[in-house]
Amino acid sequence: MDAVIDNLPVLWGGFLRTLALLGIAGVASLALGTIVAAMRLSPIAPMRTVAAVYTELLRNTPLTLVLFGFAVIIPILGLQPRGVDSQTQFFILAAIGLSLYTSPFIAEAIRSGVNSIPVGQAEAARSIGLGFGQTLTTVVLPQAIRVVIPPIINVLIALTKNTSVAGGFFVVELFGASRKAINARGDEVVAILLSVAAFYLVVTVTLGLIAGAVEKRVAVLR
Amino acid sequence: MSATSTSTVLYDAPGPKARRLARIIGVIVSVVVLGVLAWVIVTLALPRTSASGGDLPGYFDWSRWDIVNDRAFWRGVGNGYLNTLKMAGLAAVLAIVIGVLFSFGRTARPAVGRVPPTVVLEFFLGMPVLLMMLFILLVFSAGSYWAGVWALAVYNGAIIGEILRSGIAALPRGQREAGLTIGLTPLRTRFLIEFPQAVRNMLPIIIAQLVVLLKDTALAYVIAYDELLRLVPNLSNFYGNRYRVTIFLIVLAIYLVMNLLLSWVARIVAARTGPGAGRPRIPGRGGIFGRLRGREIDIADVPGAGMGRT
Repeated sequence: MDAVIDNLPVLWGGFLRTLALLGIAGVASLALGTIVAAMRLSPIAPMRTVAAVYTELLRNTPLTLVLFGFAVIIPILGLQPRGVDSQTQFFILAAIGLSLYTSPFIAEAIRSGVNSIPVGQAEAARSIGLGFGQTLTTVVLPQAIRVVIPPIINVLIALTKNTSVAGGFFVVELFGASRKAINARGDEVVAILLSVAAFYLVVTVTLGLIAGAVEKRVAVLR
Repeated sequence: MSATSTSTVLYDAPGPKARRLARIIGVIVSVVVLGVLAWVIVTLALPRTSASGGDLPGYFDWSRWDIVNDRAFWRGVGNGYLNTLKMAGLAAVLAIVIGVLFSFGRTARPAVGRVPPTVVLEFFLGMPVLLMMLFILLVFSAGSYWAGVWALAVYNGAIIGEILRSGIAALPRGQREAGLTIGLTPLRTRFLIEFPQAVRNMLPIIIAQLVVLLKDTALAYVIAYDELLRLVPNLSNFYGNRYRVTIFLIVLAIYLVMNLLLSWVARIVAARTGPGAGRPRIPGRGGIFGRLRGREIDIADVPGAGMGRT
């Protein structure tokens, strides 16, 4: 136990970095995923194709490969962030990789949520004379958002766990911090890893409870 | 797919103006995307100067690709591929076994039998697989192969357990009642009546989860298992650093081809088995956008199964 207390600053720093990765990648992937979902549902064929190819390619590439690819390819393209120390560089690359990797899952959650709204809703809206924009914003989307939030929280839970992969690519987030702590105190591996697990559970269980509560409210409303 | 855009209920069939606008936007999107792709390819292809000032060939130069003529190189790639398959294969079998056990525990009649599996399951589902791999690697001092296998098996077993449990829960109550009425014990009812139906209904999602498992073997890269991605550092140490990007692109291509093929197979299985497989679909009633083809595997609905290991 004393090993955990000794290393608490390291682990706490890692926890904050995990939260930062979750926050940044969460917001960015929500934005990107919404755009991709919109493109997939748009009437313009090239947009649909681009979005579909993007989704299929990213969903079928392991996250480890995505992060590895970013570490290798981005510097070659000359796009690596400049004027920051290498720790921050790794952090930024990992955040971009996680955002891109998560975005197609968000997009698919949104798409299947919108598709789960019965066609009759849209037909009713159209038959009382609402246009495309009105149908979407006043009838379809308000219902879809309710359906979509629980699966999106599930994706965010997955993202929380996925941030650990960044620890394999030189970012000292929770997983990276646990390796650091184990290097310092190799005799207390179990205690250190269990406390790290507790940190992860704090985030994932909280998100899970929120998802459950939202789901319950949605069930009442429908 | 192309016809559905006009059959959606959301907007009228486009007139000449709307069609022109759509075409213009389409061209712009295509040009932008192709432009970005072309820029990436050209940048990679251009010769570059190294940090020491020497000239290096571009990444598509033959001097970076001549290893593809080397038999030993492909043997190395084949080995990495086999290692990935070995881990995924054993982990998949164990995950199914663990999943079945979990689903029995979670649906046990007495609450005493139900609580421990539930707690354990929540614990495993809330944790990164990578952390489990590290735990098994260090605490049980297992090799990286067994650490990867057991972590993937336990994690995906927990998910498959959840899938099966929801499959059992979704069955009509009459199934269980009918089993009990004809004199089967509760246990035999579960085994003979409920469980086979749950498996059949949930097969597409279970297969999708196994594809995710295969994808996740790449995590074992971090604990230094010699799977496919490990080829990049290993082989570029052996052949020279100038082949690093080449080997990465080859590994990426292998993963993409393998996973796209398996996702495609999973989709076919989903269309043929599972509930409503033989039912004809009413065209245009798939959803608001009329574009649901066959049954969609909704992995986003499975707890934690939204992505990767997700």
